[in-house]
Amino acid sequence: MIDVDLDQQLGAFHLAVKFSADAPIVGLFGRSGAGKTSVVNAIAGIARPARGHIRINDVSLFDAAKGIDLPPEERRIGYVFQDALLFPHMDVRSNLLYGQRLRSSADRFVEEARVVELLGLGELLHRKPNTLSGGEKQRVAIGRALLAQPRILLMDEPLAALDIPRKTEILDYIERLRDELSMPIVYVSHSVAEISRLADTVVVLSDGKCIAVGEVDEVMGRLDLRPATGRYEAGSLLETKVVAHDLDDQLTTLAFDGGELIVPRLEAAIGERVRARIRARDVSLATQRPAGISILNVLPGCITAMDMGAGPIVDVQLAVGSTTLNARITRRSLQHLGIHVGQNVYVLVKAVSFDQRSVGYA
Amino acid sequence: MLGLSPDEVGILALSLRVALVSVICSLPLAVLVAYGLARFSFPGKTLVDAIVHLPLVLPPVVVGFALLVLFGKHGPIGSALNEWFGIVFAFRWTGAALASALMGFPLMVRAIRLSLEAIDQRLEVAARTLGGSRLWVFASITLPLALPGIITGTLLSFARGLGEFGATITFVSNIPGETQTLPLAIYTFTQVPGGDAQALRLSIIAVVLSIVALATSEWLTRRSERMQGDDRR
Repeated sequence: MIDVDLDQQLGAFHLAVKFSADAPIVGLFGRSGAGKTSVVNAIAGIARPARGHIRINDVSLFDAAKGIDLPPEERRIGYVFQDALLFPHMDVRSNLLYGQRLRSSADRFVEEARVVELLGLGELLHRKPNTLSGGEKQRVAIGRALLAQPRILLMDEPLAALDIPRKTEILDYIERLRDELSMPIVYVSHSVAEISRLADTVVVLSDGKCIAVGEVDEVMGRLDLRPATGRYEAGSLLETKVVAHDLDDQLTTLAFDGGELIVPRLEAAIGERVRARIRARDVSLATQRPAGISILNVLPGCITAMDMGAGPIVDVQLAVGSTTLNARITRRSLQHLGIHVGQNVYVLVKAVSFDQRSVGYA
Repeated sequence: MLGLSPDEVGILALSLRVALVSVICSLPLAVLVAYGLARFSFPGKTLVDAIVHLPLVLPPVVVGFALLVLFGKHGPIGSALNEWFGIVFAFRWTGAALASALMGFPLMVRAIRLSLEAIDQRLEVAARTLGGSRLWVFASITLPLALPGIITGTLLSFARGLGEFGATITFVSNIPGETQTLPLAIYTFTQVPGGDAQALRLSIIAVVLSIVALATSEWLTRRSERMQGDDRR
């Protein structure tokens, strides 16, 4: 449980954020300059808000009214920075143990051996930080934060400095932490793909204010939040279950309550819950069931809303079963097909538009 | 020893002792001042900075004279120290060490301050969030990362102390066996007829000593940079 209510003036920027969230992974989402890092710094005790309170699991870290302001070293917040910030004069093992050594043994619940195994750090222990790759550095940084025995892990854009294969790798590791250590995580990002894959609850920040809190698929699908969530990355999230693997064609079938989706082969067991993200620009619409087409996923749906805007692009919201999907089409297509709200259409999604980053374990 | 006469060994030992004591005593203060100048802004910072640098630009004789006035037997600080702690600087080797320390202080502070300013302060923030108190973070992160600058500053100040002449001779005079360091001895020999050979021998010793000090500084700096995983060189 994380409960934040704070006001802070930072130059011309006014931060006034209030939210509370209780989820294994809370996503803190917003464009750059929205105030994400300021909120994280206030939680970690690096910056002091003028007013308000910060509570984690009912422990007050900051409360202006009661005069509580714990210094960073007493807050027990595992802060993972954008660029790992490993101590250059220590080897990996000394980095890992830096925080653990400062906690009394009564406070220790995360073991060194467990962290080394979970994050695959065994080979790196005696290396110096400057000999590590970006992904390795970030893994060590996560391990170091965990071994400081935190109440909560704060990750501020931990993938920003990494290339795409490394991003996928770290995302897998973060999911393992959530599942195996049940460590609550606040994950800060401006990437819809990362937030929607990892987070359960999302907090949307815009211009120093919290404009929405809620379930990820609900919040990220809302058309009225488009200015903050961004048009380009618009999409929808589906909670699905693995129902079949086709080993010959290397495909996996996912079921959700609006039908089935075929995606490239996933390393997941039958029956496992999987979260799939479909970008709005990967969704096409047809007024009749198309024939002679390469697209594998054709689902019947009904148009529930349209966001016309001024430009050439129109965002269309559809109901497929009880699931909401977003499609992005041109204004010309819309006029050509004569689509209107309430109409029944076919929703087309290419199987190849699902990639490693858009499908993850729920 | 190494073909040196007992007198020469005595001069050498005194010079090393003066330089060493001056460096050891001024190092903690230099780290403190460098940290203050590097990390904090406070009213009068420019003035403090200027005062620290004063010995670098003033004629050494002026520094020596100021020491004589302040730390002499009847000076305000000198008499107080003598009365309360029995510490006497005037015409003692300790006075020579004080003069060396003062003359080498700006060099020390500059080098340490530069390396402190080069440290990514977010490393210290990271260490705080991991549970380190301010003091522990200073000892475990800041100081080790500033080590190359601390070594350079110490060696520069040490070398400056070995060569210190003007402030020393003004403050504690030129007393053989007490305040007559290497440069003062060389000067003395150049002032007596037929002393040139002795002056030359002592000058060679001074040259060798300086080279050893510089080489040691270079070696230590490289070593500490390697320790920090900095292999840009």
